[in-house]
Amino acid sequence: MKVLMKGNEVIGEAAVRAGCRAFFGYPITPQTELPEYLAHRMPEVGGFFLQAESELAAINMVYGAAGAGARVMTSSSGPGISLKAEGISYLAGAQLPCVIVNIMRGGPGLGGIQPSQADYFQATRGGGHGDYRVIVLAPASVQEMADLTAEAFELADRYRNPVMLLGDGILGQMMEAVEFKPRPAQNTTNKHWATTGRRGRSKNIINSLYLDPELLEKHNQKLQQKYSQIAGTESRAETYRTEDAAIIVVAFGTAARIARTAVDNARARGIRAGLIRPITLWPFPEPVIRESLGECRAVLTVEMNAGQMLDDVRLAVNGTRPVHFYGRMGGMVPSAAEVLRAIEKTGGMDHGHESCQA
Amino acid sequence: MQHEIIVAGFGGQGVLLTGQLLAYAGLLEGKQVAWVPSYGPEMRGGTANCSVIISDRSIGSPLVDEPGAALVFNQPSLEKFEKHIRNRGLLLINSSTVDTRGVKRKDLQVHHIPANEIAARLGNDRVANMVMLGAYLELTGVVSIDSVLAALAKVLPVNKHSLLTVNRKAAEAGALSVHHPLAAEL
Repeated sequence: MKVLMKGNEVIGEAAVRAGCRAFFGYPITPQTELPEYLAHRMPEVGGFFLQAESELAAINMVYGAAGAGARVMTSSSGPGISLKAEGISYLAGAQLPCVIVNIMRGGPGLGGIQPSQADYFQATRGGGHGDYRVIVLAPASVQEMADLTAEAFELADRYRNPVMLLGDGILGQMMEAVEFKPRPAQNTTNKHWATTGRRGRSKNIINSLYLDPELLEKHNQKLQQKYSQIAGTESRAETYRTEDAAIIVVAFGTAARIARTAVDNARARGIRAGLIRPITLWPFPEPVIRESLGECRAVLTVEMNAGQMLDDVRLAVNGTRPVHFYGRMGGMVPSAAEVLRAIEKTGGMDHGHESCQA
Repeated sequence: MQHEIIVAGFGGQGVLLTGQLLAYAGLLEGKQVAWVPSYGPEMRGGTANCSVIISDRSIGSPLVDEPGAALVFNQPSLEKFEKHIRNRGLLLINSSTVDTRGVKRKDLQVHHIPANEIAARLGNDRVANMVMLGAYLELTGVVSIDSVLAALAKVLPVNKHSLLTVNRKAAEAGALSVHHPLAAEL
């Protein structure tokens, strides 16, 4: 049965249903409804909720719980994620599965509290130090916040890797219909590596410190092997009206919802526009983008930032088409009408004129 | 068909809840819905608004740039949203709390609803938002009052279900008020 729920609360409920029984966080707008929800929900299912004294404390509690084999989550918004970056690097280094939620707001610094996508670089390039990757999932609806939260826990356990759910203030605050789909029995991954009490087995050590550079290089090679495997199998994207598109818009999250309306409006005016919506931001869905280009003559990236995913789109397109950008910053959200105007002007051509139609 | 609505007023007037009930009623009638609140350093007495989309197809942008209708509960909201309403759109003003002489546009269908007076006559001045919602539903038929009441029953804790009756009366009085504006003023 479908219910009407806020995106932030949906993440909390989906986490509980995915078997998450430990949450450590610290409040920050626009994600606070998520810890608020779990503060009452976790005790109902025998789980553990703790509002830590700081983001640093919270992420290190996540490290501890993940090391002990728990399904564990934390959440924040940009400023708090920056504070957690050190811990995320340690989690990646120690190969600990966990889910980190970032409901983005405008930056840099304390910035503001309105919706933004300006943490794309931070999320997809790691944010902390060292050669590591975090799987980044980008929902575009409240329903997808439920589905991808469940998916995040599966991916984290499967690859022993942190997974980030990257939303924005609109997705966190808005209400849409959601159905919590019954999922196959929760991942029963045998966490043979977890520090659960030795009881006769050989010692398990959770660690990211390797003072011998030869050993550290070996460790890094193992991590990189894992990352290539993830990149080869886990990238995904949704395509919309791309089959015959002359102009393809690439956008994720809320920007993709707005772009979809703009694409429909462009089609109504006779402009053959389409949309590619990356669902995984890392690994970036390069194959889908390359395969969908077809007869497209120009690409337009739309983001709520200064142009960050733009770099990845350019790498995927690899110079075969001009890649343009339209974005708003600081918590301002592009309107569908603005995106339509950007589509009309894409490629230096005024596609709004009938005579320019191919 | 896609309906896009703004509900705006002071925090504490029930504007966010009004939008939620409308969205939830849409969901109960099998429609696609989206509800987006303004959020920020807002507090009781500050301004608050939300947008609602009710559609029979999948919703692209959940944001409302040009509402087809606005339900306005305070003066700042009239000033903020009047200019954004779609050409010949609907403007419902709670005339108990808003100076209706402030309306500038001539193309809009404007309805003045003394929602607080109507609510007070029903014995509960907190149902003024339901009066406004009832008026909107009467003019547009987006969802039924029954669905709104069913949504309210889901949102209200069971120990407050005694309030459902006065909420229904408020919505019905609001619906009547758009046909008999003078009677409503009495």
